[in-house]
Amino acid sequence: MNIKWMKFRPVYFLISGIVIIIGIYSLLTWGLPLGVDFKGGSIVEYRFEAQVSGEELSGEVEKLDVEVQSVVDTGEGTRLLRLGTIDKAKKDEISGKVSELAQGKLTELRFENVGPTVGPELVKKTLIALAISAGSILLWVAYQFKSIKFGISAVLAMIHDSFVLIGLFTLFGHLFGAEIDFLFVTALLTILSFSVHDTIVVYDRIREIRKKHGGEIKDIADKAVNETMRRSINNSVTIIIMLLSLVIFGGTTVKWFAVALLIGTISGTYSSPFVAVPLLVTWDEVAKKINLRKK
Amino acid sequence: MKKLIIRKILPIFLITLFCGFISLPKTFKIAGRNIDLVLGLDLVGGSHLVFEADLSSLSGEKKPQALESLKNVIARRVNLFGVSEPNIQVSSFDGKDRVIIELPGIKDTNQAIELVGQTAQLIFAELGEPVSQGQQPQISPTDLTGADLSDARVQFDQTTGKPVVQLKFTDDGAKKFEGITERNVGKQVAIFLDQMPVSAPVVNQKITGGSAVIEGNFDLEQAKGLAIQLNAGALPVPIKLIEQRTIGATLGEESVQKSIQAGVIGLTAVLAFMMIMYGRLGVIANIGLLIFGVITLALYKLIPVVLTLPGIAGFLLSVGMAVDSNILIFERFREERRVRSNIVDALENSFGRAWDSIRDANIATLITAFVLANPLDWQFLHTSGPVRGFAITLALGIVISMFTGLYVSRNLLRLFVRQGKGER
Repeated sequence: MNIKWMKFRPVYFLISGIVIIIGIYSLLTWGLPLGVDFKGGSIVEYRFEAQVSGEELSGEVEKLDVEVQSVVDTGEGTRLLRLGTIDKAKKDEISGKVSELAQGKLTELRFENVGPTVGPELVKKTLIALAISAGSILLWVAYQFKSIKFGISAVLAMIHDSFVLIGLFTLFGHLFGAEIDFLFVTALLTILSFSVHDTIVVYDRIREIRKKHGGEIKDIADKAVNETMRRSINNSVTIIIMLLSLVIFGGTTVKWFAVALLIGTISGTYSSPFVAVPLLVTWDEVAKKINLRKK
Repeated sequence: MKKLIIRKILPIFLITLFCGFISLPKTFKIAGRNIDLVLGLDLVGGSHLVFEADLSSLSGEKKPQALESLKNVIARRVNLFGVSEPNIQVSSFDGKDRVIIELPGIKDTNQAIELVGQTAQLIFAELGEPVSQGQQPQISPTDLTGADLSDARVQFDQTTGKPVVQLKFTDDGAKKFEGITERNVGKQVAIFLDQMPVSAPVVNQKITGGSAVIEGNFDLEQAKGLAIQLNAGALPVPIKLIEQRTIGATLGEESVQKSIQAGVIGLTAVLAFMMIMYGRLGVIANIGLLIFGVITLALYKLIPVVLTLPGIAGFLLSVGMAVDSNILIFERFREERRVRSNIVDALENSFGRAWDSIRDANIATLITAFVLANPLDWQFLHTSGPVRGFAITLALGIVISMFTGLYVSRNLLRLFVRQGKGER
């Protein structure tokens, strides 16, 4: 493979820009689809053996003076109710009513009730976790490659991936009812490490070629991207295979988690040669120009 | 050749055999502990409860102590419930103090919530004369309760040097206590916490001034335990249920089945992909991957790792990263083969070169796993189960994959490459 990848840098920046703009647009229009973990509220999931329609269900529950946010079909005969925060007495009332509606032919699969004070703590802890991981990764990369440029470019690619993930998830939230919950946070943090994992492999090659042959950063980057492209794609394919099988065959509880990881894997693979490396090359060129002018 | 087999291949074989034996779906005991796969709440069903404690009435230095005794009371109450492996944690963050309780396999969550949610009740009771030998004495509770006790702490007796527990009562409590001791000189006064007897000291004389000492033949640990129990009663901290998650056993079972199904299908597809892409090399990578799976499962059982749904996802992801080590090496090998005619050199070179990438990249992932797993229990990070479960399986996966990718695959490849050369 001998492609002059770095010649097309504007194209990569444009593609990333478009995806991120779509994300920001969704974010501004519909907002983050926060789940109960963040905003508080309740979830009850039932499996019905009797015929009960969603409208019937939400109508009956609403009569009990409970805010019904949505009723979602989650599989064969299972329905998920999203409600406002309720207390134990209310919960018992709802259970009784729903059981009556289904003539007792039902199983309660799960019940979650999260108070409104839990969310802010979760957000704060997540931000701290993000800052610590990003900071230590930046330091680690900068130290390994003896240049802050490498560290910052890698972290920028990482931030790119989190923007893509959050943006697209907002869109999915609007279109398919995806929700941002505790697991999403885990997925986000994992993707950050995957993104850097992938970027380091390319950087490593740049370092090696520079040591051996030297030359213009642009040519070195082209060579490094060419040499790592096969590995990059093959590796992502194996991870994508695992995640796809989790999306398709895994249970409903992990479906959106796997989708988030899937988006992140694809974005993380793309961002290494097409965000992290172009940023590095552009930075290097700009820095050189400034240096020349100074002289 | 022989050396290679004895020194490298044999240990690999033995490790695989050992781990394979442990991974077998069977429970057995090693060093008095049952070796079995521990499943988390979301897989076996159960309840996850979070209570917020209102410590606003307490001064700063008393808070951690109050929280600790609260945890102890809750632990004792939960044990009454007979849940097999309850997990109780305290979390203090941003001025909010919480107790997180995980009750796997519990049937009646409401009853558990009620039991846990009561504020601790410490009661002093007078004991009547036993009617006949060996019979329970008549227990009559007094109006002296935990609310009258201001502090209980361990001290050492000045003359004997033995640990004793000192009680301090409030002014009101001191008066009540004086009355009780006056009536019961030479008799026992029993102390009950949540209807469970914790101590029944004999009253030596009437005690005035609201300060008393419980002497006994206890060691330091026992004395500390008693003080904590008494404090728990002395600190009826109001708690409030702020989060409840109950997962039915059926949903858990379904999740397990579906995850196993997804794992088997995904793994088969990955194995096939590797064989198509890398031919015979792929077969070796696949053997390495299976060894990876066996070792991982064995470690899950030995450590033990509490396996949750996110944990399974972490495992699946680490499979992807284990394969990555092999792909990195094989791609290097392909390049090296182009410039080097000697296959053995090409192999050794590609391992050496790929190692830098694998190390740098995996350390970055380990950093994130470390932040997520939060092994030092930093209160400003997540301390709850699911995120941790994920991070632990991911970190374990990375470490094991470095071993299988660089040691197992490498030596298997050496074996096959040298054999292949001999044939030619």
